[in-house]
Order: sequence, then structure tokens, then C-alpha cells
Amino acid sequence: MAALLEVKGLKAFYGQTQSLYDVGFEIPDGGITTLLGANGAGKTTTLRAICNMVRTDGTIRFDGKDIAGQATEEIVRLRIAHVPEGRGTFTTLTVDENLRIAAYTRRDKAAAHADLERVFGYFPRLKERIQQQAGTLSGGEQQMLAIARALMLRPRLMLLDEPSFGLAPLIVQEIFRILKRINEDDKVSILLVEQNAALALDLATHAYVLETGRVVMSGPSSVVKNDENVRKSYLGY
Amino acid sequence: MEQFLQQIASGLANGAIYACVALALVMIYVSTDHINFAQGEMAMFSTYISWQLMTWGLSFWVAFILAVVFSFVLGVIIERAILRPLHNAPVLSIVVVFIGLLAICNSMAGAIWSYLIKEFPSPFPKSSFGIAGVIGPHQLGVVMVTLIVLGLLFIFFRYTPLGLAMRAAAQNPQMARLVGVRVDWMLALGWGLAAAVGAVAGIMVAHIVYLDPNMMGGILLYAFASALVGGIGNPGGAVVGGFIVGVLENMVAYAGNQIEKATGIYIIGNGEKLTVALIIVITVLTVKPAGLFGRVVVKRV
Repeated sequence: MAALLEVKGLKAFYGQTQSLYDVGFEIPDGGITTLLGANGAGKTTTLRAICNMVRTDGTIRFDGKDIAGQATEEIVRLRIAHVPEGRGTFTTLTVDENLRIAAYTRRDKAAAHADLERVFGYFPRLKERIQQQAGTLSGGEQQMLAIARALMLRPRLMLLDEPSFGLAPLIVQEIFRILKRINEDDKVSILLVEQNAALALDLATHAYVLETGRVVMSGPSSVVKNDENVRKSYLGY
Repeated sequence: MEQFLQQIASGLANGAIYACVALALVMIYVSTDHINFAQGEMAMFSTYISWQLMTWGLSFWVAFILAVVFSFVLGVIIERAILRPLHNAPVLSIVVVFIGLLAICNSMAGAIWSYLIKEFPSPFPKSSFGIAGVIGPHQLGVVMVTLIVLGLLFIFFRYTPLGLAMRAAAQNPQMARLVGVRVDWMLALGWGLAAAVGAVAGIMVAHIVYLDPNMMGGILLYAFASALVGGIGNPGGAVVGGFIVGVLENMVAYAGNQIEKATGIYIIGNGEKLTVALIIVITVLTVKPAGLFGRVVVKRV
């Protein structure tokens, strides 16, 4: 499989503070890849760096083209959907508007309309709440809304930042089931950042482990899962 | 009784003007967290443009539309050229820029058209407009024009994709970027729309306050009071606040006149209307800082 996203020698800075030193990884087209690491390892920063939301240095190739340094909104228009930490809900807009805004850049309005129905197929709960103010949704519903909104961009690559954060285990399972379907049925490649390493390793085919801004280990999930250090540090057994 | 109704009618007409300027202030405030002190002077400058076009022989409404379009373009240019580079500047620098803009607009208008007070025509025919003894033709016209403009803006923001993108950009700029909205251009567009709405207010009020480079000074203060009354982050509230302030200032002056007539003691009258606006500002800020329709923002520390 060819790499859809190729990251080499990625560095990132918040003001004077450097938080990524040398991050490199490849995301195969059609696969699910996960980034693991402790708090502060640079997982969120890596996702933000891909979308040029922090000051970065290094190579980022998407579909063979160098996208480093392009404006966030232009990168998104290449169909990279970023579901950010904290879900990024437009709280004062309705659920409907939250979804329609993602179709704003699309020219194919009819297909966008069909996508809306497809998204409601994944998340029927959102359809029930369509006219509700998005800020009044529960945490789980807002996470669903965030994924649904990302799907409305008809992405080729989806960057997910801690989709399980603060949610009840049952909801998390439901969301991860849907992510798997999105990957398989819609051919969306996924880069998943997750604190819940066991869950992430089950879903993903490839895994990278970050420590203080560097990749310290990588490989197929099954290999990473059985690594002794990973087991001790992230899986807890 | 007739006098009472007339006072309310003129209050509504003034209120319509305040509503427009307040809306312009709020439109910029919600997307940037800044109050554009130059909003009034920009509107004044637009009014001079329309006056100039009329003296060149264009009809009122053609001049009106051209001046509004000109203001829109000027608003976009000001944002792109002057405020864009200051994107990450501290608040004080931006306040200084606003004050600079205010002074530049004022002195440019003075230099080009002189500080002499000019009469400004009303486009509303005396014969067919207004209700005798209740509301004058210009007053009725002002209320109608501003309501149409406000209605169009409402439709734009509520029902068009571009309006939705602008609301999203104002509410959560970072997330708006993540769905592909060009947030910088949305800000510029917001500036353009604010300048255009301000121009409508300026051109409508010029017949009442006459045209001179300082015509919008007091009105900006009223508009600020209106925006505060409605809740500074709430466009609909700003519009309602405008009408409330407009009617309230007239009612206070009217009550003052009645008291003077009955008792001979002068407390408050037409001369102190601007004081009313300032009292409103102070009262709202101390008693209900979020305004009538604003939401209290609670921050976790």
C-alpha cells in the first residue's frame, strides 16, 4: 500500500518551546494508524502540526504533494478532516448548521446532501437532535457530531484526537465501532491519537509510540501490543 | 397625548439609527472582541460620499446604494490592509489604531468637504409618507429603511451558506478553519458589512442632525449604550437595544418637560439627552453587565 501521508523530521514549536523534535511516520492509504504516548509526548501537537496549527518545520507529504506551510483551511480543502481535542463544537449553532458548515467548501451540493443522510445512518441520535443547539448536546453526542462533521468534508484522511475522552465506556465502544465502519465502508484512512492504548491498538493496524517529541517505537499493532515496554507503560499489565 | 405619540415616533426613528450603528459595533465585536471606535466616523465619511454623489447630480437612492457599496469595499480594505497585520497585536495597539482611524476619517472629511454644516435631503415625499400628527415622513422612512436592511442581514446570516460560515468563524475561528472556512476573509467581510450598515445609518440620520464631520459623535455613544443594553455579543439584542435607547431618551426628556410645566422645576430636558445615554451605559455596566439579552460568560479558573 502506498503511503497517503508521509511525515519526516517533523519539529513543532509553541513560542520558544520546542515540543516535537524528530517525528516521522507513514500512514498507509485505507489503513488505521494510531499514535500512542503519555501526556505531553506530543500526540496532539503532531496532529496540529499536520494541519499547520502550530509553528512547524519538516516534511509533510499528503498524496505525494508537500503540504507543509500551507494555511490550515487550504490543507482541510485537500480533504484532511481534523476532529480536534475537545470536539470543536460550534456551540451556538444548531446540529444541522454544525454539519452544513462542513459542506460549505464543497461544490457537489447534491452529493453533500446524500452524505448528510449517510452520516445520520451512522449517528441516528444526531438526526433526532437536528434543530437543537449543539452546545446543549451531551459529551458523547458532541463527539458524534464532531466525527459526523468531519465526514461531511468527505475526507480521505481523518485525524482523530482522543475520541474517547471523558465518555462512558459504552459510548466509546459505539464510537469505535462506527470508526471501523467508516474506515471499511467509506475508505477513509484514519490517524488516531488515543490515551486508551488497548482500544486504539485493537482498532489500528499500525502503531507509533511517541515519547517527549520523538518516535521511540513503531510497527504493526500486534507487534507493538506485545512489546514489553508498551505493555507496562500503556496497557498496564 | 399627540405630543407623547410624536415623542415615541421620533424615539423609534432615532432608535432605528442607533440600532444600525449598534449592530455594526456588535458585528465586529463578536468576531474580534474589539469595539471599533471609528465606526461612527466611517459612517460619517460614507454619508459625505453620498452627498458628493448627489451634488454631482445622482438621485438620492442611486447615491445611497453607491455609498453603501463604497463603504463595504472600504471596510474590507481597512480590515485587510490595516487590521490584518495587527492580528496578534495587544489590545491597546488596536485601540490606538481605531482612534487613529477615527481622527483620520474626521479630518479627511473636514479637509475635503470643510467643517461647515450642510443640509441633507430626505428622500421621503412629504405628501404621501407618514401619519399626520403621529409620525413624520422622514421618521417613518428611516424606520422602514432600517427594518428592511436589518431584515436582509438577518436572512443573510440565517439562511445563506456564506452567512453560516461567517457565524461559524466568529464563534469558533479555529474549528472554522478546520472545516475549510477562510476565516481571515470572513473577518474582512464582517468589516465590510459593518461599514455598509453604518453607512445606511449615517445617510438616514443626516437629514435629522445635518451633515458635518462631527455628526456621528453622539450617535456612536448612543449606539454603544444600545449594544450594551442588548448585550454586547448579541446582534438581535443590539437592534432591540437601539430602539429601547431611542424611545427611552425621548421619554426621559418628555417627562422632564412635563415636570417643569407642572412644578416649574427644571430637572432634565432635551439638552440632557446624551446624559441619559451615559447613565444607561453606567447603569447597565454596574447592574447587569451582560445586558438584557446577553449571556453571562462563566470561566473556570
